[in-house]
Amino acid sequence: MPLLVNALFFASYKDVVGTGRLSVELTEGATVADLIESLRARGAPYDRLPAEPAVAVNRAYASFDEPLGPDDEVAFIPPVAGG
Amino acid sequence: MIHSSVSADVIDPAAVLARVGSPRDGAILLFLGVVRDHADGRPVSGMRYEAYREMAEPVLAEIAGEAAARVGTDRLAVVHRFGELAVGEVSVAIAVSSPHRAEAYDASRYVIEEIKKRLPIWKKERYVDGPDQWVEGVVPPRATEARR
Repeated sequence: MPLLVNALFFASYKDVVGTGRLSVELTEGATVADLIESLRARGAPYDRLPAEPAVAVNRAYASFDEPLGPDDEVAFIPPVAGG
Repeated sequence: MIHSSVSADVIDPAAVLARVGSPRDGAILLFLGVVRDHADGRPVSGMRYEAYREMAEPVLAEIAGEAAARVGTDRLAVVHRFGELAVGEVSVAIAVSSPHRAEAYDASRYVIEEIKKRLPIWKKERYVDGPDQWVEGVVPPRATEARR
């Protein structure tokens, strides 16, 4: 069963990929690491994303081995600069 | 009452301050982060803040809760703005009150330092003498193991 997740890009990452939101199809059981790899494997411009970006799944910082579920919101978080 | 919000509205420091204070508090502290007119020796005309608002709101609430618990007060308010800001405009306001000053200073400092470490907000500097640039940020702490 394919697994659809919503990838979100902010700030400099949004500039890199040219969009703020992308629906990505993965295979069942895919993790955060699999999503990153699948995007980077698409080539330009996605291969300009870092290999180990900070990522949040459903609005909480996540680890690379976190499994993804249907319709998960996976945000690529550039280094933060609030304040 | 602990209050936190992430908003595009202009920050009114008096309104943030009005959220704290009680008869048992002898100290009320207000911190304002303001857009300055220079960065690394270059003139800056303003700043654009971008927020992942749906995540920034719960993260800021978590930071506020931690700061309050740390010093044992529940009189803490923090507001972070996003959008286009001019030099001199307030980007973040933190108000705390506590029986004695040490707790208020501690909680206020904790909130701003944690914002810098993990609040999903970014800023782009508008330079007078060249193209805009994203301000170099801090890599947020990564969750160390899967949560499910």
